[in-house]
Amino acid sequence: MLKVIDSAVPIACWSCSVAHNDATLFCPHCSKIQPPTGGDYFSVFGIEPRLDLDLNALESEFHRLSRKLHPDRFARAGENEKQWSLADTALLNDAYRTLKDPITRTEYLLKLRGAEIAELHAGKDRKGQDDPSRVPADLLEEVFDLNMQLEEMRMARQAEETDVVLEASLTEAKKKFDGLLNAVNKDLRAQWKVWDEGDATARQAAQSTMVKLLDRRRYLSNLVRDVTETLGA
Amino acid sequence: MAEGRVVGIDLGTTNSLVAYMEGDKPVVIPGVDGSNLVPSVVALDPIPAEGGRPTVTVGNSARKSLIETPERVIYSVKRLMGRDLSEVQSELKLFPFRLADDVEAGEVPRIQLGELRFTAPEISAYILRQLKRNAERFFGAPVTQAVITVPAYFNDAQRQATKDAGRMAGLEVLRLVNEPTAAALAYGLDRANVGTIAVYDLGGGTFDISILKLRDGIFEVQSTNGDTHLGGDDIDNLLLAIALDEIHAEHGVDLRAHPSAVQAVRKSAIEAKIRLSTEAAAHFDIELPNGDRYQREIPREVFEQLIEPVLDRTVGPCKQALTDAGLTPEQIDAVVLVGGSTRIPAVSQLVDDLFHLAARGKKPYIELNPDEVVALGAAVQADILAGASKTTDEMLLLDVTPLSLGIEALGGTVARIIQRNSTIPASATEHFTTGVDGQTNVAIHVVQGERELAADCRSLARFDLKGIPPMSAGLPRIEVKFLIDADGILQVSAREQRSGQAAKIEVKPTYGLTDEQVESMILDSFDHAEEDFAKRLLIEARNEAETILSAVERAPESPAWAQLTGEEQAAISAARDRLASVKLGEDAPAIRNATLALDQATRRFAELMMEAAVTTAIRGKTMDAADEDLGDELTAPHPMAPAEFK
Repeated sequence: MLKVIDSAVPIACWSCSVAHNDATLFCPHCSKIQPPTGGDYFSVFGIEPRLDLDLNALESEFHRLSRKLHPDRFARAGENEKQWSLADTALLNDAYRTLKDPITRTEYLLKLRGAEIAELHAGKDRKGQDDPSRVPADLLEEVFDLNMQLEEMRMARQAEETDVVLEASLTEAKKKFDGLLNAVNKDLRAQWKVWDEGDATARQAAQSTMVKLLDRRRYLSNLVRDVTETLGA
Repeated sequence: MAEGRVVGIDLGTTNSLVAYMEGDKPVVIPGVDGSNLVPSVVALDPIPAEGGRPTVTVGNSARKSLIETPERVIYSVKRLMGRDLSEVQSELKLFPFRLADDVEAGEVPRIQLGELRFTAPEISAYILRQLKRNAERFFGAPVTQAVITVPAYFNDAQRQATKDAGRMAGLEVLRLVNEPTAAALAYGLDRANVGTIAVYDLGGGTFDISILKLRDGIFEVQSTNGDTHLGGDDIDNLLLAIALDEIHAEHGVDLRAHPSAVQAVRKSAIEAKIRLSTEAAAHFDIELPNGDRYQREIPREVFEQLIEPVLDRTVGPCKQALTDAGLTPEQIDAVVLVGGSTRIPAVSQLVDDLFHLAARGKKPYIELNPDEVVALGAAVQADILAGASKTTDEMLLLDVTPLSLGIEALGGTVARIIQRNSTIPASATEHFTTGVDGQTNVAIHVVQGERELAADCRSLARFDLKGIPPMSAGLPRIEVKFLIDADGILQVSAREQRSGQAAKIEVKPTYGLTDEQVESMILDSFDHAEEDFAKRLLIEARNEAETILSAVERAPESPAWAQLTGEEQAAISAARDRLASVKLGEDAPAIRNATLALDQATRRFAELMMEAAVTTAIRGKTMDAADEDLGDELTAPHPMAPAEFK
């Protein structure tokens, strides 16, 4: 008969056979590493899903868990323990990488909640940038002008000419889009608060707002990147 | 499980080293010749008259054959590690690698050495075996586990090839560690350092830049970048090309048709390069086969102009690494210089400019010998892995993958699944489905690199997901898990979710050796046997004794002998007689001790000879001639000799 230590499903430790909570990384009795249990990125850090995170605390916890789980600590262990440490550490690293960045963290949480988020794969991003249906409606005219200027600039560069007026105009445009990007970031942060503190209905609303904001943000940051690249070329 | 010592190995393009933790300090283990550096040169001795397989020599002794029998010697083999035929073409123009010409595309290239052929991992295995033996001789016990360093910018195939080499040499490779990270470990050992450091590592054939954050013993790599085909070799080749062209133009001799003559010029070029790090000018003085002399003075300014394009190639990777880490040059607290090529003053100047060091009252860190620091760091990592050490108990290295991992998508574009500079181990899960009703196979192409098109990236592997239950197109859902392990090497697993059936994956690395091939290439598999080990120790101890005895035998012929006092001469004779008698016995440690005693007794004599040789060298003789004056055995390694030749 297994003794239940925690509310979660009890399983027996592979090494000492004492039963423990299946979500634990190490056996509380013999301290041996346990088979990975999966779970989302937030649970890796033992926190509930939320958007406003204390990054210093996250880093400290990342370091603490790394010290315990890293394959370097299992270099001379048995094959199973090696594999578990590898899987656990990969999950920990993936989780930390995703959660420490505010944008990937938001995207991850929204996906976790079933939202459809555009794929992030670089290389896929650039295509579709010219697709007019993706351009935020309020920016249509400016984006059109900007793309013309970018094209001119690239041609000027190719002919090794310098167009001071064009350069100034693009720098101005970059400043404007940078400003818009900052505004989106601020709006996103405001929605974090709503999501973190709100009830189910408020969360639902915040989620759909954030999906739209992320879309707009992705569009703007690609634009800023294009301008920066063209100016810096 | 063997719980012996874990050694740290720097398997370099030009030189290789083995080190271990002595208490709380990493120490390089010297070879029989007393040198810490084992030149990464492998020579195939002539086939013995009585037949059988010829023996292979490694290091300084192999280097000696380079001029006499260049077709039996190979150096800089690291440039070929993990590369296929099409990738090595550019190297063939610059390096005298002789590839077997009947190798098919996709096969691992084989290098012709005399009458035999070897893959690059096999050649590297000979170097590793030499290091292993040096360590075993030092400990008087077998060594079976090691940490081996690789350039941070090595791709999957290059890493796998290095691991294969370890296995062939009879070493269990507990971890591959990135060279710049290893250097950071060596530096970070004795300081309670908190801060952000950059490691600029310009070696014989590779360049790496890594940016790390140090906090509470955790070394967290933020970003890395580099070029696996950029290093001191390129500088040597520039000097070599100029000399060969000028010799051709001025003396009408095309040395390129004479491999041994090219090696002689190359040797002079390397000597000139090394001298230019400390002197304002260096000169070539080479005797040509037709009796003419090629003489040429190279002022440092000319040299610096010449190498500028090579050094400039390190700038882009440094800037990219900073950008990827989200840092400005001012946010870098310290820059560590690693690799023999960083002794060139123009290199430290470039680093100074890049990271605005002088403006901030800082200097690059060069306190640890740039030739040894990577091996020392490897020893630290070996100690961490061995566990139960107070010194390294709190230390942990969190490294990153240098290159993005992607899958070829429709239209030949790359869908990136793990971004470069992700902390490893890292994983990604992707879902695949079928495009045709009843389809049971799905082919997946994994690539590594930053380019948009799969064709421009390094092809890592092609996988066939087999045994998918026949279903309508688009219905199967195959989950494939990609995992980059702590060595930076990819592992893949897959399962079909809808049927619950594990899809069978057949991993076909685009390049590399199969398990069976590696197995068949394992060098002398008797290596582990205790009895053989004892025998080998005895043979090696006797060989060493023989070497020093014959050197001492010739000693009275040297003018330096007369400078010794009668007492000193008597001490040498006594130590010699003692060794000669002990050598007849079977006691390897006793022979070694007697050898050391004789070595000790002849120390002043060696110094006197060294002084004489240095004077000769200043009079315009090459260091090689000085070498010969010294006799090979008693030569102390030239302290500033990072490259092929002392």
